[in-house]
Amino acid sequence: MADKAEKRISRIPMPEQDPKVRARNFLEVPTGYTVKMAQEEAARCLQCKKPGCVEGCPVGVDIPGFIDLISRGDFTGAIRNLWSKNALPAVCGRVCPQEIQCEGRCIVGKKGEPVAIGNLERFCADYEREHGTGALPPKQSPTGKKVAVIGSGPSGLTVAGDLIVKGHDVTIFEAFHKAGGVLIYGIPEFRLPKAIVAQEVNFLERLGVKIECNAVVGRTVSLDELFEQGYDAIYVGVGAGLPRFMNIPGENLVGILSANEYLTRANLMKAYKFPDVDTPIPHGKNVVVLGAGNVAMDAARTAMRLGADSVKIVYRRSRDEMPARKAEIHHAEEEGIEMFLLTNPTRYLGNDKGRLTGMECLRMELGEPDESGRRRPVAVKGSEFTIDCDLCIVAVGSGANPLLTSETPDMKLNKWGYVITDEKTGKTTKKGVWAGGDIVTGAATVILAMGAGRQAADSMHDFLTLGW
Amino acid sequence: MFTIVRREELAGGTVILNEIEAPQIAKKARPGQFVILKANEDGERIPLTMAETDPDKGTITIIYMVVGKSTALFRDLQVGDGYQDVIGPLGKATHLEKVGKVVCVGGGTGVAVLHPITRALKEIGNDVTCIIGARTKDLLILEEQMKNASHDLRICTDDGSYGHHGFVTDVLKEVLNQGDIKQVVAIGPVPMMKAVSALTKQYEVPTLVSLNPIMVDGTGMCGGCRVTVGGATKFACVDGPEFDGHQVDYDELIMRLRAYQEDEKKCHEEYCTIRDAR
Ligand SMILES: Cc1cc2nc3c(=O)[nH]c(=O)nc-3n(C[C@H](O)[C@H](O)[C@H](O)COP(=O)(O)OP(=O)(O)OC[C@H]3O[C@@H](n4cnc5c(N)ncnc54)[C@H](O)[C@@H]3O)c2cc1C
Ligand SMILES: Cc1cc2nc3c(=O)[nH]c(=O)nc-3n(C[C@H](O)[C@H](O)[C@H](O)COP(=O)(O)OP(=O)(O)OC[C@H]3O[C@@H](n4cnc5c(N)ncnc54)[C@H](O)[C@@H]3O)c2cc1C
Ligand code: SF4
Ligand code: FES
Repeated sequence: MADKAEKRISRIPMPEQDPKVRARNFLEVPTGYTVKMAQEEAARCLQCKKPGCVEGCPVGVDIPGFIDLISRGDFTGAIRNLWSKNALPAVCGRVCPQEIQCEGRCIVGKKGEPVAIGNLERFCADYEREHGTGALPPKQSPTGKKVAVIGSGPSGLTVAGDLIVKGHDVTIFEAFHKAGGVLIYGIPEFRLPKAIVAQEVNFLERLGVKIECNAVVGRTVSLDELFEQGYDAIYVGVGAGLPRFMNIPGENLVGILSANEYLTRANLMKAYKFPDVDTPIPHGKNVVVLGAGNVAMDAARTAMRLGADSVKIVYRRSRDEMPARKAEIHHAEEEGIEMFLLTNPTRYLGNDKGRLTGMECLRMELGEPDESGRRRPVAVKGSEFTIDCDLCIVAVGSGANPLLTSETPDMKLNKWGYVITDEKTGKTTKKGVWAGGDIVTGAATVILAMGAGRQAADSMHDFLTLGW
Repeated sequence: MFTIVRREELAGGTVILNEIEAPQIAKKARPGQFVILKANEDGERIPLTMAETDPDKGTITIIYMVVGKSTALFRDLQVGDGYQDVIGPLGKATHLEKVGKVVCVGGGTGVAVLHPITRALKEIGNDVTCIIGARTKDLLILEEQMKNASHDLRICTDDGSYGHHGFVTDVLKEVLNQGDIKQVVAIGPVPMMKAVSALTKQYEVPTLVSLNPIMVDGTGMCGGCRVTVGGATKFACVDGPEFDGHQVDYDELIMRLRAYQEDEKKCHEEYCTIRDAR
């Protein structure tokens, strides 16, 4: 008995590559549970009658259910159970902020460490990928209705998956030459291997979803033209890919890139293999990353892997306000990334060739809380100092890309350019068009984008079958 | 795959013309717009303007100068081969208006970009003078087409091997001195566009230029193509690629175009060595 209580307190740690080694390679950092580890961890779950974890999950995964199946060794059953609520468990198990969602509500976490729900979710998906039969879920008979999904991020993929099994004819239109959205171009290989995303996309294709890459909707084709081509309903899941810069002097010097550009070169274009691939990426010796979200951590860790001597995160607030997941901050620090907190850049410095050589910063201190509820950073007078750097990656957030929306005047936007939708259904103000994910909420999370997709898919199905 | 149906070598093989099957793009494209092409799985995304589109045949034509590894790779593609990806049409179409006397100035492969714009300007009733230039006679492209697209064609070469001996700006100055020019369109190497803009500014003639910064996505997502126009940062792929020539910070653009010069050079040399060894 004492033995069991003890087990509950200590969570099975996720095996990881050694920080010194992994800081210079692009292989996945956590290497995954073994069957034994997964079953031991699953045994820590109390199988609560009223599980807090499920309430904390934006798509309501039956967490005690799938964990119970793992502890009984029924891994196929476990993945089936997961799939019924979450189409991308291999992705979510890796990138969801479990610590503030399911695991944040786990009862075991009150006394010790919560059950490692994310690690277990990942285990199931990986086990199925490596050992499963690849059997497809059953599909309902064809309805004869055609659906267009714009954008192949987690939100669009969810809609496509849901509607294809409900019998609709689904085509995804993607601007890039590869499907997956941020999962492909943003989140790096060492955190989310691209082969896994490709597998999820391939799964949809096997189900019958058609994917048209290189289709920039708004340019190659408009929403109205899609309706003319016979689509009955459209889902817009184009994400929030407009890079934000800080608007400080010197921003267009060579050596200053948006995180979008840097990560796209590294991930989608595989520039870390240059010159084996054709796309180059700037290599900095002294790299500064502005911002402290997941995007900033990903950029910083990528720069380290590309051979930087030093990588610094510069952020104007304190550690408590850093928006990135704690685990990612920890991973970054283990890999040797330095944190320059309460520091605000004011000006970039360049040489006569127009290349970045450094940046001037001010030290900050925290004042009264602002509208966001976080304490407002205020500059310390006379605290100017210079950081030498030859590469700066700007990861201070993103806005709504207007490319599609500006070509669709009858779809209403809010003042920041995000699409206005009905909260319950995802309906936009344009007839027959739904939207969800980052283009509605602003930059958020994978699971929220999927949740929005699921809601919209239900509403679209009603519209397609019942006419409302 | 986007199949190449016609391939021509211009300017002694340094400039290549590809006509490519891309029906959807051919249907939508307008003068001034560009596409992004990727040759194969490991290829780079390269922006090129459409020199021609044929909506009936479903083809687009690109004309490009072989400068680095990616364009060298493109050169190796033969009729029947194809590009893995062609994305577009991207960018804003040229704003075309009947204004009276216009001058179109083209340099190098910029002439290819200028051609559909020139033709359209003539079609809507403008009086079009064209000035095209190259370093030497052999590098001049589309002479016949430009002649047909304009009322008056002037040619310059830097070395005097053909036409006027000197820069396009010399001839442009003569034309501007005759007066009454309502609009200049200049497309070519950045230093040329810079020089033309400096000149036309003295004459206060509105000048349109087409910028070619380094791009990745071409949809406003990466910010790599940012240029300073009138003191503000613009993304050339969505706000352009055409801008008011008098407002552009050319020196910044020239510096930004050099960002990958050393990397690219190495990559290109390696590619040529491997290719020659074959
Ligand atoms: C670097 C980075 C790290 C992140 N880390 C995490 C994390 O650890 N955990 C987490 O939960 N979330 C993370 N996020 C956020 C998460 O990835 C996003 O919230 C999520 O991907 C949003 O999904 P989406 O489907 O709305 O859009 P996206 O994933 O942005 O996909 C939109 C797709 O639409 C395409 N598109 C855009 N415009 C058009 C058009 N006009 N025509 C056709 N296609 C178009 C785009 O090319 C793209 O493929 C991260 C984001 C980034 C950038
Ligand atoms: C909107 C747009 C339209 C264009 N239209 C045409 C066209 O119709 N015909 C044509 O010949 N070229 C055009 N270009 C330029 C063309 O994209 C570049 O020449 C090409 O990307 C070079 O690729 P590369 O890999 O062969 O050379 P790289 O090895 O990448 O580069 C070799 C050198 O060329 C320069 N360079 C790199 N990228 C660019 C770039 N995007 N623009 C200009 N110089 C660059 C750099 O100085 C570099 O060092 C256009 C560019 C843009 C942005
Ligand atoms: S709250 Fe924790 S212990 Fe309870 S069911 Fe969920 S995972 Fe298991
Ligand atoms: S090319 Fe990426 S924003 Fe223009």
